[in-house]
Amino acid sequence: MTLELKNVTIRPCGGCDPLFAPFSLVIPAGGVTTVIGRSGIGKSTLIDFIGGHLPASFEADGQTFLDGREVTRLPAEVRQIGILFQDALLFPHLSVGDNLAFGLARHVRGRAQRRERVEEALKQAGIGGFYDRDPDTLSGGQRARAALMRTLLAEPKALLLDEPFAKLDPERRADIRTFVFEHIRDRNVPVLMVSHDEDDAHAAGGPVLRLDEGQAE
Amino acid sequence: MRNSEGRWLRLGVLGIVTAGLLLPIAAGLWETTRAAFGILPAIGAETPSLGPWQRLWSLPGFGTSLRLTLWTGFASTIAALLLAMSFCAFAHGRMRPGRMARLMVPLLATPHAALAIGLAFLIAPSGWIARLLSPWATGWTLPPEAATVQDPLGLALVLGLMIKEVPFFLLVTMSALSQVKVNEHLAAGRALGYGRGLVWVKIIAPQVYPLIRLPIFVVLSFALSVVDMAIILGPSNPPTLAVAMTRWFFAADTALILPASAAALVQTMVVAGGISLWLLAERFATRFGKSWVRRGGRGVSSGPGLRLAGATAMFLMGLGTMALFVLILWSFAWRWPFPAALPESWSFKAWMRPAGGWSMALGQTVVIGLATTLLSLTLAVAWLEGEDRAGMRRAVWAEALIYLPLLVPQIAFLYGLSVTFLRMGVSGGMVAVIWGQSLFVFPYVMIALSDPWRALDRRMIRAAAALGAGPARRLFAVKLPILLRPILTAAAIGFAVSVAQYLPTLFLGAGRIATLTTEAVTLSSGSDRRVTGVYAVLQSVLPVAAYAAALALPALMQRHRRDTAGVTA
Amino acid sequence: MRFTIFATLSMALASPALAGGWDDTLAAARGQTVYWNAWGGDERTNAFIAWASGELEETHGVTIRQVKLSDTAEAVTRVIAEKAAGQTGGGSVDLVWINGANFQSMKEHGLLYGPFLRDLPNARFLDLSEDSAAVVDFTIPTEGYEAPWRLARFVLTHDSARVPEPPRSMAALLDWATANPGRFTHPSVSNFMGATFLKQALIELTSDASVLQNEATDETFAAATAPLWAWYDALRPNLWRNGETFPENESVQQQMLNDGEVDFAMAFDPAAAAAAVELGLLPDTVRSYAPESGSIGNVSFVAIPFNAAHKEGAMVVANFLLDPATQAHAQDITVLGSYSVLDPANLGEAEKAAFAALPTSPALPSNEALGPTLNEPHPSWMTRIADEWAKRYTE
Repeated sequence: MTLELKNVTIRPCGGCDPLFAPFSLVIPAGGVTTVIGRSGIGKSTLIDFIGGHLPASFEADGQTFLDGREVTRLPAEVRQIGILFQDALLFPHLSVGDNLAFGLARHVRGRAQRRERVEEALKQAGIGGFYDRDPDTLSGGQRARAALMRTLLAEPKALLLDEPFAKLDPERRADIRTFVFEHIRDRNVPVLMVSHDEDDAHAAGGPVLRLDEGQAE
Repeated sequence: MRNSEGRWLRLGVLGIVTAGLLLPIAAGLWETTRAAFGILPAIGAETPSLGPWQRLWSLPGFGTSLRLTLWTGFASTIAALLLAMSFCAFAHGRMRPGRMARLMVPLLATPHAALAIGLAFLIAPSGWIARLLSPWATGWTLPPEAATVQDPLGLALVLGLMIKEVPFFLLVTMSALSQVKVNEHLAAGRALGYGRGLVWVKIIAPQVYPLIRLPIFVVLSFALSVVDMAIILGPSNPPTLAVAMTRWFFAADTALILPASAAALVQTMVVAGGISLWLLAERFATRFGKSWVRRGGRGVSSGPGLRLAGATAMFLMGLGTMALFVLILWSFAWRWPFPAALPESWSFKAWMRPAGGWSMALGQTVVIGLATTLLSLTLAVAWLEGEDRAGMRRAVWAEALIYLPLLVPQIAFLYGLSVTFLRMGVSGGMVAVIWGQSLFVFPYVMIALSDPWRALDRRMIRAAAALGAGPARRLFAVKLPILLRPILTAAAIGFAVSVAQYLPTLFLGAGRIATLTTEAVTLSSGSDRRVTGVYAVLQSVLPVAAYAAALALPALMQRHRRDTAGVTA
Repeated sequence: MRFTIFATLSMALASPALAGGWDDTLAAARGQTVYWNAWGGDERTNAFIAWASGELEETHGVTIRQVKLSDTAEAVTRVIAEKAAGQTGGGSVDLVWINGANFQSMKEHGLLYGPFLRDLPNARFLDLSEDSAAVVDFTIPTEGYEAPWRLARFVLTHDSARVPEPPRSMAALLDWATANPGRFTHPSVSNFMGATFLKQALIELTSDASVLQNEATDETFAAATAPLWAWYDALRPNLWRNGETFPENESVQQQMLNDGEVDFAMAFDPAAAAAAVELGLLPDTVRSYAPESGSIGNVSFVAIPFNAAHKEGAMVVANFLLDPATQAHAQDITVLGSYSVLDPANLGEAEKAAFAALPTSPALPSNEALGPTLNEPHPSWMTRIADEWAKRYTE
């Protein structure tokens, strides 16, 4: 399983200058690649492009391949690319457990079995027994871990991390980072992280690429 | 010091609201209840009895009327809600909310009666649609014998209600959506493998729903008890319960007032039962929804469903717009025989006889509209300022108090209220009508003004206080000017609500007060579509003009400022 | 006629006192605004009332404010509500256009002011004899509690371009409707016009129409109306929309005739169709006629509630309506086209000439086409017919 980008450029509007120079990379299964760049250069926009969430006003060139299959034009929901956002984005109307159940892949069938898988994931996230809790009552770190579990339960074929630790307080940050990378490595999928934090890149341990300024054509 | 002052203001406002809004409703309900149990001395009924109820059950068509009421009320509300939510999902990211809101203003502002008249002109067997298609496409030289209005199933009524309700639901849904992280949750849901439509159903809608639940109840209560629109579009033999009851109240056989009062209580129970039923359904939906979400089904794409709903909503808006347009056409027509697509001859005659009626109705409508709006606005500002000064949030019961007049069906207490007013000596005239209409205008003004008032940047008030401005100066020199735009918007909404009022004017005006709405409804059962068209056009133009003024005035008065534009309702 | 002379004589004898009384009335009326509660569904009537207001303001300083009703019963309800609240003066209804059941109801509940008819100077132009149509409202003696103001006759209106030979009896109507299903209807029976249509049919179909002049009992009603329901059961399936729904009133039905949705309209006013043609509301090929055995006719009245705030003004209006000049104006088809309620025998030559000089129209039925006038049944018949119809045909 690999994630591959070929000559990706993104313009914020038709006729605008590209945000960054044409960008290519290949991430093998189990590999974690970090992309860094100054803030505002379009790191999150790149994530949106790969995940299929680019707003309609943007214009993008280049291709995305997952496992050799082009997914550039596929709708986000069929790409099987999981994303961990800056905010945990737990759905406030669902309990913590139901948030995870919402993510849990469809092929796990049977009410009892699904429940068991979710409880297990909650335990792994260190919030065992929190199934019925309101997401609002969780701490920032607990939310981040729950969000990761929700993403992983969907069994994505690639994973994108959009500055996932930026909003956590500094003491917690290292712990969560370790937790996230530990769980990701198990999955053996390609991972792309964007960040402006050198520590994140170190912790990821993989190659680090830099987004360069785009040039007016 | 400041707190005690705030408390007095709050108590004063509360006193006025209780005496002015709550007591009349209670007194009206009391008089209605008395009559429902056989006590109405005026017609010699002085002993309590269950006779009115027995008479009511035995009145022909009562059961059918009740069934019709439930069906049209629920069908229109549920369908409009689903369409509006789907349309929001469909239009999200495709259409800017501001533009969408502006497109809907004419339909939102047009009173139910005017829209109903226009819709009848449009979809009747001899309506404009049939004329446009005949005889070349249909072969009709005479109108077909089809029940497209006043049909026994009430479908035309459901359609008319939906055309008014969908824009209203769109508006409240859009406003609720601004409090939900739509884009983020959409992305999160899709990244987990759910299609756009399914994310709306499973994630966005459940978050929006609690925010629009009260407006839904208002609409449900209205749809279950609407009279003017049901007279024009609904079946007539038998009509919906609210229409039947209005007929009984005004029947030649005055003894019918007693069963009519009993029916008014039934109407209240229908609305209360309808809301309870809705709450019950809500619980089931929550339970079912939870297990549905837990199953994790990504299912088939609901895209086509959303597109269909979006197209249906657009179609409804199109029908509504055409209905308004055909009103204008008729008002300028002279001879327009079937199946001509356009009038054979045009004339200004319908407009040229203002003395024959519409100038008086227009004048009274404007006077009543301005008075109720001013009254309601003053009260709303005093209420909100009282909350500010006391530094208190609004209690749940206070919120309920505001919504009460919108949830209790008008017809349940208006007859009783007219008797009460008579006893107080405020008999049929301007004062009674203005008072009665304010019961329904105040809540809307209050609702429209509350959010922008709370969104006001408190630092500005503190800055003004630090500069030595007292509470009065802070209100008049800082808050009101900054909030000019939302205040005017609330005023426009209040004015539109006043223009649209039918039953309060009918019951409390003792017939002396003729507004464009009462006249238009009366004329809708006349023979002259051209004159009816004039009244309905005027009826729609007034509120739209009020909205336009609410948009234009701040721009004109504050053309040298920029930042006040930020606060909008 | 003897009674008329007697009435005129007695009035002439009483005239000194009366003249003083009327002058007082005129003086008190000056500056008053009379709230005239009148059915507002007819633009011509509304315009006529507005005209009357202008005339009266000029001559007597009385203005009329028309309270447009969609049903006369609304005014009755209002007076009842006022009585309920103990308001015995300063009431909101000064004058009400009223007939039959509503009059009976108000009279029975003591809601009317009067008798006042004989106080009106222009009452001398009326036939005031005991059985005269001017003093009997649906078989109920008015006893001076009402003043007549316009004459009504039941007529059917058809478009001669579509139906050249209309049916002229109720039996023929049934045959026609059976041959042309969906092309005939009548206003809802809860409406005055719809009930009048059934009364017209009843008079033609029942074996002995004279029982209709007395209050209906369960027995007389069942016997007299049996042929009516048999006829109606056969007619109903052939009505517009299978007789499941009906136009709300005659105005709506007139509009349906204009649109071609049905082939007949009906009115309680022989000039209605002619006036509608003038206004562009009907094609100029429409014609009005009465069934060959005659049609129901009655006189429309105005009455004054017991608690009216402006009784003097209301009486001045009622008197003005009886003025021969006003009646001639009202009979003009370009104005109202309603036939005069005055007794021609009591009119002078000049007044008669004014009536003769009025314009005519092809849509206006000739006297032959109108045939004889049939008496209104006792009001109890109308109430019972409406109730029975609702019971039989409301699902």
